[in-house]
Amino acid sequence: MTHVVTANCQRCRFTDCVATCPVTCFHFDDGMLYIDPEECIDCGACVPACPVQAIHSEYDLDETMALWTEINAERARYLPVINNKLAPLPTAEDKLRELGLL
Amino acid sequence: MTNPQSFKVAIVGAGPSGFYAAEELLNYGVQVDMYEKLPVPFGLVRYGVAPDHQKLKLVNKVFERTAQRDGFQFIGNTEIGANLPLSALQEHYDAVVLCHGASQGRKPGIPGDNLSGCYTAADFIGWYNGHPDFQHLAPDLSCRSVAIIGHGNVSIDVARILAKTPAELSTSDITDRALQALSHSRIEEIHLIGRRGPAQAKFTTQELRELGELYDADVVIDRGALEIDEVSRAELDDRKNLIAIKNFEIFTNFNNKTSRSCGRKIIFHFLESPVRVLGETIVEGLELGVNRLEGQPFHQTARAIGERRVLACEAVLFSIGYLGQGLYGIDFDGNSSTYPHNEGKVTTASNVYAAGWIKRGPTGIIGTNKPCAQETVATLLRDLEYAQKVPKAGHAAIIRMITQRATSYADWRCIDKQEIEEGERRGKPREKFTSVAEYLALLSENEVGDE
Repeated sequence: MTHVVTANCQRCRFTDCVATCPVTCFHFDDGMLYIDPEECIDCGACVPACPVQAIHSEYDLDETMALWTEINAERARYLPVINNKLAPLPTAEDKLRELGLL
Repeated sequence: MTNPQSFKVAIVGAGPSGFYAAEELLNYGVQVDMYEKLPVPFGLVRYGVAPDHQKLKLVNKVFERTAQRDGFQFIGNTEIGANLPLSALQEHYDAVVLCHGASQGRKPGIPGDNLSGCYTAADFIGWYNGHPDFQHLAPDLSCRSVAIIGHGNVSIDVARILAKTPAELSTSDITDRALQALSHSRIEEIHLIGRRGPAQAKFTTQELRELGELYDADVVIDRGALEIDEVSRAELDDRKNLIAIKNFEIFTNFNNKTSRSCGRKIIFHFLESPVRVLGETIVEGLELGVNRLEGQPFHQTARAIGERRVLACEAVLFSIGYLGQGLYGIDFDGNSSTYPHNEGKVTTASNVYAAGWIKRGPTGIIGTNKPCAQETVATLLRDLEYAQKVPKAGHAAIIRMITQRATSYADWRCIDKQEIEEGERRGKPREKFTSVAEYLALLSENEVGDE
């Protein structure tokens, strides 16, 4: 088991999760974050931290989100680690509104 | 401006907040000496995190990396106050960061809460996790019914450990003594009592779900407890309230599944607060007051309606929070259990800082301590940057004042290796030593062997 970042993170990348993660399991590119399943200790701290509910326990992924497990594992392997919170992407507010979570 | 690389900082406490503070200071090239009361590091990760949550304990790998960095030193078995005055650290370091946490369990202060059979969850957890200070506890598990007061992850941990079979616990690093005691437990009912409703429960989803996956324990919810009022319904209708929504879904699933015939029952009670523990010398029952919720969505509080009932039980575990204790000579706010501080700088003591529970109160999870410690370190470095620099001797001066056998990180590695080997012999990840004397005896044996 691990935790997984899913599509809601795209165009947001709020990175609040990074500040609560006790290990350094988050990696990033220009679009979103990814969790390294080798580093994640399944504490679940990032789940309530995410303003767009993008992070789920692998256990909670429905069929439409299942593909993200593999994407997280694969991309975390070569993308850089993120250690500190960054400013959200400029499109973050729009996405939040789109998702009805503002 | 002064180069941080010439700074020496003492950290008091080797738990998560101490290690996150150390990591941040080392990132700036500061030299860090970490003082710890126990001979071994890692605080609540070793002694608080449940023994059957081994994956969570892997957070230690982050702290181990910090401990092995240049400029870091661990000085265990050294209690500030008892073995060494805080003033010595203030004198011989540029700054001191207090990260000693809040380790004392809170009791509600109701009649009977000191009867034999009443425990705080903190003591009970310390007992089964092998903390040297709690091995005298020897809780009586020959009773049939136990009440746990409080609805949080700590109460779930305690309920789960009481509910698991010896086989389920045998792969954890619970101490052999606790495992033996739990194997002879006669507990059939574990009551989890919370003052608010099922829509306000703040459990971590997977912790709550895990209760439904135990081998020989069935989860039961009070009949009618999930029929919530309109205000609570409005809370659950808010999509942002993700954790509460998921928890309520899990409660509903517990309620809908067919009950299994199990040796043990975990019974959730909502909207009830303990009023009095009944009994002369030992616990004979618990009087509960019934509450109702009042207020607007997300601001509801529990208010007693005057109705009482008695729950039959022979032990009560209080899981209602922790209390911290301030070090002698520094102002301490007993209400919040914290040192009054300004962005981590303790306001009434020169060159003293705080991070973790003793700074912000006993709330939050392991990771919460990271930004908390980072804030403190930022304040500390800002202060030191403009302070007049007087060279400090650090540990070189302190070592002359220490008369007891202090432990080093190399000593911990030796203890760690022995514990893992002993665990392997028993099919467990680790078998902990449970007294300071045992630690020191092991270390002196190895010193003899080295010569």
